[in-house]
Amino acid sequence: MSGQNNEKAARAQQKREPVHGGPGGAIGRPVEKAKNFKRTLKRLIGYLKPQRINLTVVLIFAVIGMTFTIVAPKISGDAMNKLKDGVVAKMAVQQLTDVQKKLREGAQKPEGDPAQDFPLEQYDSKALEAIKEVMNLPLIGEISDADEKADAAEKIINLQKSIPSGEGQKMSMSDEQIQDALRCIRETGGRVDFDAIAQILIMLLGFYVLSSSFTFIMQFVMAGVAHKTVYRMRKDVDDKLPKLPLKYFDSRTHGEILSRMTNDIDTISQTLQQSLTQLITSIVQIAGYIVMMLTISPVLTLIVMATLPLYIFATAFVAKKSQKHFAAQQKELGELSGHVEEMYGGHKVVKVFGHEEKSIEKFSAINDKLYDSGWKAQFISGVMFPLMNFVSNVGYVLISIVGGIWVTKNRLNLGDITAFIQYSRSFTMPIVQTANIANIIQSTVACAERVFEILDEQEEAPDNSDARVLEFPKGEVVIQNLDFRYKEDVPLIENMNLHVRSGETIAIVGPTGAGKTTLVNLLMRFYEIRGGRISIDGIDIVDIKRNALRKIFGMVLQDTWLFNGTIRENIAYGREGASEQEIFQAAKAAHADHFIRTLPDGYDTILNEEGTNISQGQKQLLTIARAILANPAILILDEATSSVDTRTELLIQKAMANLMKGRTSFVIAHRLSTIRDAEVILVMNNGKIIEQGSHKDLLSKGGFYSDLYNSQFTGANLA
Amino acid sequence: MIKLYRFLKPYAAFIASVLLLVFLQTLADLYLPTLMSDIVNNGIMNGDTGYILRVGGIMLAVAAAGTTCAVIASLLSSKTAMGLGTILRNKLFNRVESYSLHEFDRFGTATLVTRTTNDIIQVQMVTIMIMRMMISAPITAIGGVIMAFSQDRMLTWVLVIAVPLLTLVILLLAKRGMPFFKSMQVKIDKINLVLRENLTGMRVIRAFNRDEHEKARFEDANKDLTDNYIKVNRIMAFMMPSMMLIMNITSIAILWFGSMRIDNGDMNLGALIAFMQYAMQILFSMLMLSIMFIMVPRAQAAAERINEVIEIVPGIVDPEDVKKVAQGKGFVEFKNVTFSYQGAEQPALSGISFSASPGEVTAVIGGTGSGKSTLINLIPRFYDVDEGSVLVDGVDVREMSQKELRAKIGFVPQKSILFSGTIRENIGYGKDDADEEEIRYAAGVAQASEFISNMSDGFDTMISQGGTNVSGGQKQRLSIARALVRRPEIYIFDDSFSALDFKTDARLRAALKKEIDNATVIIVAQRVGTVMDADRIIVMDEGRIAGMGTHRELMSTCDVYREIVSSQLSEEELA
Repeated sequence: MSGQNNEKAARAQQKREPVHGGPGGAIGRPVEKAKNFKRTLKRLIGYLKPQRINLTVVLIFAVIGMTFTIVAPKISGDAMNKLKDGVVAKMAVQQLTDVQKKLREGAQKPEGDPAQDFPLEQYDSKALEAIKEVMNLPLIGEISDADEKADAAEKIINLQKSIPSGEGQKMSMSDEQIQDALRCIRETGGRVDFDAIAQILIMLLGFYVLSSSFTFIMQFVMAGVAHKTVYRMRKDVDDKLPKLPLKYFDSRTHGEILSRMTNDIDTISQTLQQSLTQLITSIVQIAGYIVMMLTISPVLTLIVMATLPLYIFATAFVAKKSQKHFAAQQKELGELSGHVEEMYGGHKVVKVFGHEEKSIEKFSAINDKLYDSGWKAQFISGVMFPLMNFVSNVGYVLISIVGGIWVTKNRLNLGDITAFIQYSRSFTMPIVQTANIANIIQSTVACAERVFEILDEQEEAPDNSDARVLEFPKGEVVIQNLDFRYKEDVPLIENMNLHVRSGETIAIVGPTGAGKTTLVNLLMRFYEIRGGRISIDGIDIVDIKRNALRKIFGMVLQDTWLFNGTIRENIAYGREGASEQEIFQAAKAAHADHFIRTLPDGYDTILNEEGTNISQGQKQLLTIARAILANPAILILDEATSSVDTRTELLIQKAMANLMKGRTSFVIAHRLSTIRDAEVILVMNNGKIIEQGSHKDLLSKGGFYSDLYNSQFTGANLA
Repeated sequence: MIKLYRFLKPYAAFIASVLLLVFLQTLADLYLPTLMSDIVNNGIMNGDTGYILRVGGIMLAVAAAGTTCAVIASLLSSKTAMGLGTILRNKLFNRVESYSLHEFDRFGTATLVTRTTNDIIQVQMVTIMIMRMMISAPITAIGGVIMAFSQDRMLTWVLVIAVPLLTLVILLLAKRGMPFFKSMQVKIDKINLVLRENLTGMRVIRAFNRDEHEKARFEDANKDLTDNYIKVNRIMAFMMPSMMLIMNITSIAILWFGSMRIDNGDMNLGALIAFMQYAMQILFSMLMLSIMFIMVPRAQAAAERINEVIEIVPGIVDPEDVKKVAQGKGFVEFKNVTFSYQGAEQPALSGISFSASPGEVTAVIGGTGSGKSTLINLIPRFYDVDEGSVLVDGVDVREMSQKELRAKIGFVPQKSILFSGTIRENIGYGKDDADEEEIRYAAGVAQASEFISNMSDGFDTMISQGGTNVSGGQKQRLSIARALVRRPEIYIFDDSFSALDFKTDARLRAALKKEIDNATVIIVAQRVGTVMDADRIIVMDEGRIAGMGTHRELMSTCDVYREIVSSQLSEEELA
């Protein structure tokens, strides 16, 4: 729980977090590419396998739900047609009836009336005949049978042709329209067929309800599919981490690993949740819309298709232009974050050296550059939507014109054109989406690849099949001809030999990088050695089960790692199933009991995330209590007191003295006073033991150790 | 968030233009269905091809005009939103730079970094979204209603029912989903916490064989998060289909009632088609708004965090009339100083009085939490005292300008902080106009010459961010060189030799001794060896001075001091 690490990790994480731009902002962002797209994608799909039943359900429901959505406009177009037919028929009947009425009125008027409309004497016999016939027909509006009505209407229209009357009496219709109107009358009987419309609308309602419920079920199931898959992925990675050798973690920052487990997996979950269903529905939509449009009018469909290259062109154009700015923005953002982190991290130094203004100056400069690339990136990607909209509108207008003309020529129905417009407008959405999703999938696969990389890492060598467990370890350690290096080409420990008898205290001193901590790491088999042999009680540690081996050791480190939990839990960490009493005893032996009891919640005090509610020294005492509780045969104290003041150290030393009784102990320390009393002092330099002996022996020898020791007192003091 | 928008003032003209342009663009979009309706009524019904072509042309022109408006609006809104981000960042950074440690500690580095970067980006992005969608959505909705109303009065009643219904559904779902949305971040944080602990405590966990225990902890967090995710997404799964259903039922209703009205001769076909398109536009804009409702709360939280930083006024500012120090060479005096950290029950320092003159070395020693670092932090006025006063050259530090005060001080902090840049730049940080000679000299005194010359680029070697490519001891020496190059009147070393091995420590102190002979030197230390020969040793215990004097004096008078010494040195060394 060291605060500094937390901070670093948190910040490293932030850096990787993408800048969310919302639906509009995502377009044109540079896409991260996977190294091996195909293989990773396959593997990702493999992860979905346990969910294949649910996935099949999703797929089927998506297709069905979408089909309903796709067919719906066509059906509503039918309703529109019925309505239009009814209206047209009604209008035609109305007009014809008017003509009839006018004729009758004209015939009944007294002769010689100057204002009469029908100067009969002007007509030839044929015309008179026709007029007579029209007048003899019953009023069309009153005929109830649709066919009779249509026949009558047709008759009137035909008769009318032979009446060279004034403009007012003629119906201003083209031949096609007359044909259409007659058909309408025949079908509808001259009125709007509400029964038929109601029927269609009820069917439509059913379709909509079905479509919505199917979509709902699909998304509902998908939520489970996506997050259960990701749950498993997280679990797999977490299971993997303890199996990885420490070597793996040395070469990577915590932030990097954390980011893979959080950001990357999050991206995958989002893609599975949203983009996958979107992709399915989009593809179904595209196919469905094309089919529907083709059934309405192949030629109009061609017009819509003709606008497609415009979309592609627009997208490509915008993507190309904006990528440059997005990259620049990302770069400036990185620089800005870097500067902010440094300045905030070194706030005290900035202040004490009076560099605030300079820091602000630099910040402003980066900020300005960020503004420049930022607005350009946003603008260009923001243009995307209007451009798409414009292309869509162009298509809309073209269809309106061509469709409109065709309707007048009776090559299309009004309902067809409205349905077609709906299709063509909806058509653009899935296309834009698919293009977007293609990008999303690419970066998701890149994320998945990083996650899989962890899963593929070489694990620690498994325990030998005949590995043993030491029941009652005595703590005798023998190191023979030990060779070790972290990096292949940089030798660290070479040909080291050491014999530690049970119960001895071994102090290890030497400059930083001498290999002190490394030696301890090797004892616990955190790393594999290159050559030689380490044995405990005569048994090579390679032949001891890892768990059993580590049980032999108790560790107190400089880095007082405690976790976010109660003090009780933290001490109990030393041994599973420790009783309350044992915990108290361990705390007492570590001289921690007193301070714990002065805390407001005593043993139930929760150590906060930053570990700031108790002091460094107190934390150290807790780690000692933890080690005491573990009751190990061999104790390792690695710089256990270096970050603690001398008075607390006194307490800790007492506690450690308790701890070290009867155990083999390895003590690494900077402070020579801590190690004076060790039975054997090892002086290490450059991976080798250069001196070995008791404090007195080494001092009298006058070598490296005495040099080191005396330098702390020689008159080189400041005063 | 509204509060932050006060910073948009310089962009008022832009915003007004965006509003106008979006309005025009929306009008254009809305006008298209009307034209379409004209085509149906006048063109199709009358079979007037010429008319259709003419109106079609107008439609194209309108569409083009709308697009032009949208593009310009996008330009202006990008500039505005990014401008807001830039202004906010500058404000925030300026404010933080003016913070004293008091305000700074209240937040902590990590969260301040997040606030300056991610939080502002959040606000910036939502601002763009607002300008792109939130403005156009209500205009579309209102415009759509007006246009629909003008097409047919009675049918508007359908919308009067549909719109509130849709709003209700959105609000209900938002209300149900909100708690899960909110707890999401908490659960993500939890999983991150467990993971981070697993990584930082890797060795301890393995040493204690507690892998299974950690696995169980992670499993809990993982399950919790997964359940929450599934719940949220299931609620959201309900949202889209139900909204679509409402929209579709609306269109059915319009079709039905519209048919009746047409049959009665109250309405024509073209109007019905236009009306339906308007209805869809209105409902779609509502959908857009609902997306905003999801996005805005997140940005809201970010905005609050930003505001918090901007609104806190630094506690330490220069006085109106700054007192100049007439003369003096760095004489430091504490007069009965009492100081408490904010919110602390007990003062961290109380009744501290001492003085340190040029040419003297004053050492401060004591346990963790005894107030050593606090004491020296008062000299450069990182904090203001509660009672008493800190004087430098006879002037209260609160009456001096901070710049002038700090120019007198060479400070070497406990944690060596270097900045990214060359070694030369890092040492030169202490003195703006330091020349090569001075820098090399300071490095020499700080015992840094040797390792610098061993580096590939010598003084031009780049220090990476956080100084990760130099060791702790090297960092400490560079940070000492940085203070030395300043040639200040007062040196403050806050436990600055801890990472050095004894040999280097001794050599460094020998070199320093000659160098800073005429300055006032104040050293905080833990090693008795470092302080033994100081002119004055101040022994701190629980915020008070437990003893003051030379090593010899203290050995006979001060219990605390003796205790410290005996913990470090053996009997024979004490003799």
